[in-house]
Amino acid sequence: MAKQEIDDRFKKFGTVSFTSISKVNDFIGYLEKGQVMGTKCKKCGMTFFPPRADCSGCLSSDMDWMEVTGEGTLLTFSKLQYGPVGFEGELPYTIALAQFKDVKVFGRMSKELSDADVVVGMKVKALPVQLANGKISYEFQKA
Amino acid sequence: MARVAIIGVGQSKFVRGYPGSIRELAFEAFREAVQDAKMTSKDIDASIICSAPEYDKQRSPAGVIAEYLGLTPQPTFYLETVCSSSSTGLKVAYSMVKAGLHDAICVLGFQKMSEITSAESQERMGRGADIQWESPFGTMMPAYYALHARAHMAKYGTTEEDLALIRVKAATYGQINDRAVYQKPVTLEMFKNPQDNMAGPVASPLRVGDCCANADGSSCIIVASEEKAKVFSEKPVWILGVGAASTAVNMAGRDLFSGLTVAVEASKTAYKMAGISSRDVDVAEVHDCFTIAEMMAYENLGFAKPGEGKDLIRAKETYKEGSIPVNVDGGLLSKGHPIGATGGSQLRTIVLQLRGEAGQMQVSNPEIGLVHNIGGVGLYGNVTILGRD
Repeated sequence: MAKQEIDDRFKKFGTVSFTSISKVNDFIGYLEKGQVMGTKCKKCGMTFFPPRADCSGCLSSDMDWMEVTGEGTLLTFSKLQYGPVGFEGELPYTIALAQFKDVKVFGRMSKELSDADVVVGMKVKALPVQLANGKISYEFQKA
Repeated sequence: MARVAIIGVGQSKFVRGYPGSIRELAFEAFREAVQDAKMTSKDIDASIICSAPEYDKQRSPAGVIAEYLGLTPQPTFYLETVCSSSSTGLKVAYSMVKAGLHDAICVLGFQKMSEITSAESQERMGRGADIQWESPFGTMMPAYYALHARAHMAKYGTTEEDLALIRVKAATYGQINDRAVYQKPVTLEMFKNPQDNMAGPVASPLRVGDCCANADGSSCIIVASEEKAKVFSEKPVWILGVGAASTAVNMAGRDLFSGLTVAVEASKTAYKMAGISSRDVDVAEVHDCFTIAEMMAYENLGFAKPGEGKDLIRAKETYKEGSIPVNVDGGLLSKGHPIGATGGSQLRTIVLQLRGEAGQMQVSNPEIGLVHNIGGVGLYGNVTILGRD
């Protein structure tokens, strides 16, 4: 009997990933296709980012994928001078939170932006970014 | 209805690199608390052992510690809500006494952060929040509180200097607290001098001086039924209100960034249960793991309106002589923050204040005290209201 293949795509997410298997592994597939996706409950319409396989509102597990599109507004950010193990080579970098139409998204600012560019209230878009060693993430760029 | 009291408090000195094992560290706070309660181990019916497990080498520390403290064969168990573990322990002990299960419970909080190496510690720090969705971006505790600081500054015009004022206050009292890890003075000038360590950038807008230090330490609180309190204690301190709350671990799941919803929710519950308002609080201990955390606590607990926390510290209203003294034991910023021991240390300070036994740190004749203890980045929040006869 053929060995069943394990879908562990989630281990590709981010510089250092601590999760390899999740019911929302397709999130990685969508990132590879250029899309940052959340989920929306088919039953009650609740929207989620990060995406969830199960709805905390109505307890349904029948979810649709929903793309995080358009412009978001930067709510807050911080530039780190120290990082955890595995992130030393990327320092300094800026983490941030942005409000999009239906959801908030936590992530990193693009390294292409200068400190002066990054201000609370600026317009951003969330786009996938390819990392070293076949890993993938998303980042905020100036909209 | 019968009341529940705190009749004994203890705390080890908070230090860097405790020269002993976790059971020996726990013993220091336990001995002080039990002697304070004029009890022996035999008078205690159960124990709750609190720490953050990622720093422990010992798996399931409760049994090991309970045995070392002479608390067998009484029941014991382990409890954690990260940095708020021991105030959660107090709430659970309160409930068990109130339910009539036990008459005297030991809540023992400890953390030997130096149990693991610096490299191991760095690795664990990377797993401090949502490991699936946030840790892959390289997040750290200071950066999360920095996000709150930035949001507070953008919304209310709070400045880096306002935050530095909170550290200066902490150091004022850290110097007179012989249990504190950091007992040196801190001035505003240090924050203004780019060469000074205090001004070193960590995660903008937070600097070294805005962050509390790791430490090893233990705390112990003896909780008793009214009946038992009256037998053992001349100065019982009554638990008037216990409030607790939780929220989304992921920042994207939250709506408030200039404050912590768990503190708002937990304080509402605690004030209601105690039948008081924020104006009735005479002395408070708040969870100042970072300066911005104390600023937000002023507002979330109702000591100031949202955005007006900066006015309290600018006017020195949270100093010992002010209208609402906060962290006049040096807070986490000066005492250090041995995760599992912190809540118990805060409770001890308020108990000593209400008994009039806080020495140089004593505020004038307080009747009601409050403890605000937060776990994670506002993930868990406990607010406890204490009062005296």
